[in-house]
Amino acid sequence: MTAPLLAEFADPDSLRVALDRVGHDGHRAIEAFTPYPIEGLDVPLGIGPSRIRLAMLVGGLAVAAFAFALQYYSAVFAYPINSGGRPLNSWPVFLLVPFEVGIFSAALAGILAFLWSCRLPRLHDPLFAIPGFERATQDRFFLLATADNNDDATLALRHLLEEAGALVVTEVRQP
Amino acid sequence: MAVLEHVSPPPHRWIAAERASDVEVTQAVADPIFAPVGRAWWIAFAATIPFVLWLVVTIVWIFYRGIGIWGVNSTVVWGFAIANYVWWIGIGNAGTLISAMLLLTRQRWRASINRFAEAMTLFAVAIAGIMPIIHLGRPLYFYWLAPYPNTMTLWPQWRSALVWDFWSILSYLLFSILFWYISLVPDLATMRDRAVTRGGQVLYGMFALGWQGSARQWRRLETVHTTMAALGVPLVCSVHSIVGLDFAASLMPGWAESIFPPYFVVGAMYSGFGMVVLLAVAFRWGLRLEAIITRNHFEVMGKVLLMASIVMGYSYASEWFMAWYGGRHVDRDLTAFLFTGSYAPLYWGQLFCNVLAPQALWFRAVRRSLPALVVISILINVGMGLERILIVWNTLSHAYMPSLWHVFKMTFWDWSILIAPLGLFAFMFLLFVRLVPSIAMYDVRRLTHEEHAS
Repeated sequence: MTAPLLAEFADPDSLRVALDRVGHDGHRAIEAFTPYPIEGLDVPLGIGPSRIRLAMLVGGLAVAAFAFALQYYSAVFAYPINSGGRPLNSWPVFLLVPFEVGIFSAALAGILAFLWSCRLPRLHDPLFAIPGFERATQDRFFLLATADNNDDATLALRHLLEEAGALVVTEVRQP
Repeated sequence: MAVLEHVSPPPHRWIAAERASDVEVTQAVADPIFAPVGRAWWIAFAATIPFVLWLVVTIVWIFYRGIGIWGVNSTVVWGFAIANYVWWIGIGNAGTLISAMLLLTRQRWRASINRFAEAMTLFAVAIAGIMPIIHLGRPLYFYWLAPYPNTMTLWPQWRSALVWDFWSILSYLLFSILFWYISLVPDLATMRDRAVTRGGQVLYGMFALGWQGSARQWRRLETVHTTMAALGVPLVCSVHSIVGLDFAASLMPGWAESIFPPYFVVGAMYSGFGMVVLLAVAFRWGLRLEAIITRNHFEVMGKVLLMASIVMGYSYASEWFMAWYGGRHVDRDLTAFLFTGSYAPLYWGQLFCNVLAPQALWFRAVRRSLPALVVISILINVGMGLERILIVWNTLSHAYMPSLWHVFKMTFWDWSILIAPLGLFAFMFLLFVRLVPSIAMYDVRRLTHEEHAS
């Protein structure tokens, strides 16, 4: 198997052009790395919708339901107090705590789902070893693409990337 | 280094520099952190230390002697601990509220201010969290608020406002930390990649979690961040509404008013936005960020302050109106006490600071003048501080039984708990600017590209 190529671009427009051509010529774009979020990369890179929001909904509702159940159990069964003739299950005020902890839990579930779907934290990655890749978080735009299983296709991909304006094209070798 | 110099008139609406490339934005924000600590920082830092020690001494003395060291008495049972709690959590609310609301309404200029506004939230909520604990008569039992299986077989009273406070502050503080951190990760990765020392690389690298800025990561981050913002707005409103319920759920004149929850939320946003203006001026000057935090930013913030001051004026007027219209003797009497009673000069001062002075913001020249904005923001925060303490004092000093009417007399320790936390706030902010990028670099990069300034 040939190694994928990492191309470095100076601006987002060159990256977009290169991404289009890579798909057009039958190569496969794996991932793009940019210093800020850029619109319109999802479709060519095949990034589908995530289930983060579903995880947030489930996590938030589950904890909120647990908080309500805890209040219900403690106020109705474990420690019933007649407070000014109010019903033991004073559900309108019992909604406040579930609301608060539910939103926090939804946020926590969202962050865990985010980390899971991005496979983070992962402190080391072969890409970090490539000279110049540290600029992906500053001012350079990178495209990781791979060709078919032969050297000619890889060479064609390299030419394509260079023509599209890549400043440097590097082979990424898996350790 | 002459990056991002201010030129006038600003060539772009939200970027006051002819060109602000990605490199220049990154340098302008990140380089001050790696640069040696300047003299101004050391002077400011040294100035905050006595306040932090003062606060420590105050809290230790409260724990040792009890709340009697304050001016609270058997009538005015609440004092500055509660007023400070309301004030600080109000400041704290604004950061997340501003950040989340501006994100949801696609106000792109938020990129320049959201990071330190959110940091303001964290520090202010942390300080606010101290206050209800030190106001307890027996602070060592504060954990009884939490439901846990215990040998006394006791459970919290879920109908109590104090229990609602406990959960809302805790949830809000933890939520704010997550909301702040998740949007910080890409900038921490930038710091990791710019750090030259091994220690910096390891420290920032750990907190950056291995962020690479891939399209997938950006997409997922945006999903989780926007959704959290959408959840954050109702959370923030509920937190300060619950603070309002601490008062409104009582039966006291001047407190049992259904306007209290929304009125507290607006007041929180108001004082918090005032604090953001002050911090923005300080950051702009201290970190030389004239190009990123522009006069246009101050102008829109001035408009928000003006709007909030009008809503505050409306809220005060509705209190007076309802006291008259409700017809209860005790309510009308309390309203007369506001204007003519023991604390009347403070009340007039509150009205001046919160309602009258900000009307100057109708004028564009005032909104664009930093000294004027600083003065108005300080007045707003003083006025909101007065409002918080007067809500406590007026009602408790002038409730149902004339034989119980008492006035609060401030002691040294009241002044301590009022002033010393400001030093802790500044102390934490000074550490923050040395450790964390105080401007969201990736957001500003996107902004400069959208403004065609890069």
